Amino acid sequence: MPVFYGTEIDSALMLGTALYPSPAIMADAFRASQAGIATVSLRREGGQGQDFHRLIKDLNVAVLPNTAGCHSVREAVTTAQMAREVFDTPWIKLEVIRDDDTLCPDVIALVEAAKILSDDGFQVFPYCTEDLSVCGRLLDAGCEVLMPWGAPIGSGRGLNNPYGLRSVRAHFPDVPLVVDAGIGLPSHAAQAMELGFDAVLLNTAVAKAGDPVAMARAMAMAIQAGQFAYAATPIEARDMAAPSTPVFGKAVLG
Amino acid sequence: MTQTITIRGAGVMGLTIATELANRGLPVRIIDPALGPGPQACSWWAGGMLAPHCESESAEPVVVRLGLDAADWWEANGAPVTRRGTLVLAMSRDRTELDRFARLTTHHQLLDGDQIGALEPDLAGRMTRGLYYESEAHLDPRKSLAALRQRLKERGVEFLPEGEAPGLTVDARGLSARDQLTDLRGVRGEMMVIRCPEVNLTRTVRLLHPRIPLYVVPRGEGVYMLGATMLESGARTHVTARAAVEILSSAYALHPAFAEAEILELGADARPAFPDNLPRLRRRGSTLFANGLYRHGYLLAPAVARMAADHLQTGQTPEFMDENHA
Repeated sequence: MPVFYGTEIDSALMLGTALYPSPAIMADAFRASQAGIATVSLRREGGQGQDFHRLIKDLNVAVLPNTAGCHSVREAVTTAQMAREVFDTPWIKLEVIRDDDTLCPDVIALVEAAKILSDDGFQVFPYCTEDLSVCGRLLDAGCEVLMPWGAPIGSGRGLNNPYGLRSVRAHFPDVPLVVDAGIGLPSHAAQAMELGFDAVLLNTAVAKAGDPVAMARAMAMAIQAGQFAYAATPIEARDMAAPSTPVFGKAVLG
Repeated sequence: MTQTITIRGAGVMGLTIATELANRGLPVRIIDPALGPGPQACSWWAGGMLAPHCESESAEPVVVRLGLDAADWWEANGAPVTRRGTLVLAMSRDRTELDRFARLTTHHQLLDGDQIGALEPDLAGRMTRGLYYESEAHLDPRKSLAALRQRLKERGVEFLPEGEAPGLTVDARGLSARDQLTDLRGVRGEMMVIRCPEVNLTRTVRLLHPRIPLYVVPRGEGVYMLGATMLESGARTHVTARAAVEILSSAYALHPAFAEAEILELGADARPAFPDNLPRLRRRGSTLFANGLYRHGYLLAPAVARMAADHLQTGQTPEFMDENHA
């Protein structure tokens, strides 16, 4: 199971808390998913979100506040500081967005903010791209976890660049890796785990499903399947068929 | 039962319950510091959509069932109801949002661009696909609350600013009842009223968007209510610049002429909601709490008012009652 900054979590699923039909359905989805970490946005909800924050704390899972909606280093740093006070945790999922249509991380600002926050004692979970240079810079800045995207947030497109994600895994074999964003289906989540990622972070795929609780359960099962598959060392794909039953000695009739 | 029932709160919940009780011949009086509906109540800022089928995109089936008779109730009690259905649209790049909405709701018909133009000529040529929910309706919240208040006054119902309530009391104070109902939370909404005579829309139009969904409710004479954000926050402070920009840019995407509109009003408030976002009745001693209408105030208030009146009249425990310590 994944270990983030020395804390072992019992589940490879990290689940977001936005967009559910109701907090009660969100709580049911969390139970069904057995997620070990709940991400929560501070910025978007503005002030006086205490009632909702209490509902999140009642989920009884580790809370990972995020800086969703931040467009600059300063905004992200201020939001992280607020989050540390509200949720009493050094963990912060760092999101700095440049483009609202793709919600693509602003990787330059991300590295800068990651350095400031790490130096200030935060344990940073950066939402980044699968670019190896960016990933390396984030580690230099003090991050001990990397969270490259699968596809743009909320797009449900799955893993746009499996090759890139596999490279990240190969280059940083000892860094906990999370596919964050873009997951639409359980098969996408399974694929991320089959690539050897330590966890998957998703939100929209569950919250906006017709039945969020059933989808949460499906994601949990897929993530477990992918995890088992990676640990079992899958076979390589090959171009030619390889019969699984020996043909030698087969009876020849006529 | 002849003792006067006191209702605390003159928002949509309080006035619908008072009306339902008065319709049944029970004596009522209303206590509200503002003596009637006004900007202190979140129902003042509502859209007034009576759209049970559209709501089922994110609400549970019971919301549809309880909301089906809402338009009839409002009409029967003097509110001006417009029955012209709901039109749900999406920009072509967001067409998967429309597919999703269609899959999660019923009682709609798929329209092509020509059919959209036939229903709303000002939208002709702007959208290629839409969903039409013919049976839905909308009302003007402020006129509707005023109509209920007027009828109650005509029947001699007293409106008092404060006072002790001997006997049966209905607590319909919305989010203010949080002092008694600790599981109640606020869900913030921000809205805008504009005047734009250049655009003529005759029914509620929803524009789907992955981040910034919009609805436009016509108020007549070129006035439109644009709404509304949904934020997990109890803040009742001013509209943020972000919300205003997002609401206006969505409206502009629906029709560029909205850029010429006059902004008449910006409003923000917090809707009272329980954790499952469904309404509740709660009886504690001689007080019956009616609360948690969430974003479905005008849609669900009539059904909740009926349940409250049934309980007060017969003592029966209605469907949405989770505590009964009478």
